[in-house]
Amino acid sequence: MRLGLALAAVFFAASMTAALPGFAQKQGGTLRISHRDNPPSASIHEESTISVVAPFMGVFNNLVIFDPQRKINSPDHIVPDLAESWSWNDDRTRLTFKLRQGVKWHDGKPFTAADVKCTWDAVMDKGDEKTEIVRKSPRRIWYINLKNVATNGDNEVTFELGRPQPSFLSILASGYSPVYSCHVPGRTMRTKPIGTGPFKVAEFKRNESIKLVRNPDYWKKGRPYLDAIDWTIVPNRSTRMLGFQSGQFDMTFDSDVSFPMLKDVMAQKADAVCEARPQNVNSNILINRDSPPFDNPEIRRAMVMAIDIHAFSEILSQGHNLDGAAMLPPPAGVWGMPKEMLAMLPGHAGDDVAASRAEGRKIMERLGYGPDKRLEAKIATRNIAIYRDPAVILIDQLKQVHIDGELEPIDTSIWYNKIQRKDYQLGMNLTGVAVDDPDVNFYENFYSTSERNYTGYKNPAIDKLIDRQSAELDIEGRKKLVWEIEKTLADDAARPVIGYNVDNTCWDAKVKGIVLQHNSIYNGWRFEDIWLDK
Amino acid sequence: MGGYLIRRLLLMALTLFGMSVLIFVMLRMVPGNIADILVDAAGIADPKEKAKIAHDLGIDQPILVQYGKWIGGLARGDLGYAYVSEQPAINEIAPRLPISGKLAGMALFFAVLFGVPLGVASAVKQNTWIDYVLRVLSLSGLSLPAFWLGLLVLMAAVNWFGEIPIYNSDPHGFLEDVAMLGLPAIVVGFRSSALIMRLTRSSMLEVLRQDYIRTARSKGASMAAVNFKHALRNALLPVVTIIGIEAAFLVGGLIVTETVFNIPGIARFLVEAILWRDYPIVQNLVMLIAIVVVTINFLVDMAYMVLDPRIKFAD
Repeated sequence: MRLGLALAAVFFAASMTAALPGFAQKQGGTLRISHRDNPPSASIHEESTISVVAPFMGVFNNLVIFDPQRKINSPDHIVPDLAESWSWNDDRTRLTFKLRQGVKWHDGKPFTAADVKCTWDAVMDKGDEKTEIVRKSPRRIWYINLKNVATNGDNEVTFELGRPQPSFLSILASGYSPVYSCHVPGRTMRTKPIGTGPFKVAEFKRNESIKLVRNPDYWKKGRPYLDAIDWTIVPNRSTRMLGFQSGQFDMTFDSDVSFPMLKDVMAQKADAVCEARPQNVNSNILINRDSPPFDNPEIRRAMVMAIDIHAFSEILSQGHNLDGAAMLPPPAGVWGMPKEMLAMLPGHAGDDVAASRAEGRKIMERLGYGPDKRLEAKIATRNIAIYRDPAVILIDQLKQVHIDGELEPIDTSIWYNKIQRKDYQLGMNLTGVAVDDPDVNFYENFYSTSERNYTGYKNPAIDKLIDRQSAELDIEGRKKLVWEIEKTLADDAARPVIGYNVDNTCWDAKVKGIVLQHNSIYNGWRFEDIWLDK
Repeated sequence: MGGYLIRRLLLMALTLFGMSVLIFVMLRMVPGNIADILVDAAGIADPKEKAKIAHDLGIDQPILVQYGKWIGGLARGDLGYAYVSEQPAINEIAPRLPISGKLAGMALFFAVLFGVPLGVASAVKQNTWIDYVLRVLSLSGLSLPAFWLGLLVLMAAVNWFGEIPIYNSDPHGFLEDVAMLGLPAIVVGFRSSALIMRLTRSSMLEVLRQDYIRTARSKGASMAAVNFKHALRNALLPVVTIIGIEAAFLVGGLIVTETVFNIPGIARFLVEAILWRDYPIVQNLVMLIAIVVVTINFLVDMAYMVLDPRIKFAD
């Protein structure tokens, strides 16, 4: 009996030992990644591009964060970061965090609650003008409901809201919500930022590289595994792909490998690991509701009827793009409406494109347009390929309902200026949603007072619904409200969505621990759990 | 001669002044400024934030004041502050200059090293298979886009050697310079060498038909003496001109090669700065290129006197 047990124990231990090497993280090494362009600065709070978040998220911590070990960011899977724990008051208007003690900034100064207050005061433009830790704040609208940030000693901070907002925690969990310090001025944060994160900035050479090194005093013991991360800025995509194939880079930039390129990458580098995932970036049509004749809802409806979403997907991504409405559809998206509801929306006709277009033509003909009297319109778009390509397809499709579009490429430097001034008729736009959350998407893009409501869509009923869903504590009840908003936005042609981009990210087989987030490209770039198996 | 030099220097100064006004005005005619770009890149267009940034950077001041500050600073060696990186412009420009300088220098070296002798060979062996091959080679150099050629070279390097010869760290020493910049220099130099080859050939052909060449041959001079001592020296005048033009082009024209081979030189940086409307960087870099071009033109003119003693510049 004893011998049997001993043998069983030995066998069990041997089998576990055989399994262990595959799961034993190794310390050390430098991860080399190609970066597609120059980050405009290193300050995450001031920018709105993955080009900043991806390299610099590892320099910071949040109060809380979406669990980086899960592919889907969801409010049910938010884990502690600089906050050890949190609690809501009874009416859910005060969110109090108990902060981790003994955390230091990279310059050795202690992290305290005052730093949290400084950060969010700055984001809301209530900060100290002398240090001005944040010069501009593109996501101020996220905090429309935040009234005050109060500290209670060094280790407790409370966010005071105007009304209940369950999404508030999700907003703080985003890669766009790092904690800054009071004592580091904005200029430093933009050029060589100081955080509490697993990596320190060793060097940020514009047009050249970003070098991060391990923070030996990181509060999470044993992390990070990597000694360093080298981001090499390579503007030319072909050069980036060749660099990855030749082994110069261990990882491509996020979503840098399109489906047409994927086959070649896999053929040239057999040990590459590639993952396709949606980016929660959608192509959408901007319709200036103040610009005749597009102030006529019938014409807007006719336009939407002409759209063949699947054709966009086939041409742009070999059919991989996702069909969705204002929110990213499931399973990647937590809040998007189900497929059967989506199929009922205008423009999502599926196999009935011909019938849909016929109906669109009837609408136009009722309004006096036809094959001999066509409506001419300008389609403005940013003068970069990812914007121009869908715009060209749109022009082709609008011809089906007697609309002749002319492409108007606009330089990036004046694009947002132009659309915010409503100096356009129609536009093709891309919108990256930072957090898969209705508050973030709806308040940013559809709320009547938002600076980023580029179409000037003003619907008091929708504003009320947005506020109502924002305060709704029951998730299933909230989803129903979200779907109602999505349906109304689609019916109103508020910003018809053409599709959600899906692209590939690839890495060398020796890189372990990568978990790409499937409903936001702006999260999951801490790199503290990544290691090199070599 | 002294009078000529003084007149020439004054003309250079006037040219550069004109260039500075042109650069300054053209930059401000382009839609958008750094405040627009910084704020718009974040996806917003808040007029209050833009106005604050514009004020902090001094671009809300009158145009003449901005111009005066720039030119005054330039005269004192102060290149101003880069808007995007928020550090002295000299800190951004200075490290990149030697990189582009070495690349341009190597490219010119290859261009002259191959262009002149091959042009001579093509002329001397006119209408033979050597001439035909070299003419095809020179045509291909002129017609193949540098971007395409550069990518082909990279792909070949990856396929044959498993390595990609792109710039990834600062080289230390001459050999590392050659290893890192040699291949891109050849890609750039290929086009220039084609141009130099064609011009050398046509210039040589014209000179070889001259009476004094026939006289030299009849006097028993060797082929080498005839071709190199007598003919080439006289054929070089237009070639020197084109070398000067190519050198000037190379100073700011390396954008394609720097992009493909990922070289962090001034050409790529200049394009980036233009897209960002980073006025201090753009203005100073373009002025630097103008100074280099004007200086090269001056040196080319002086070289004429060395090559052809008959040429004298009147006072």
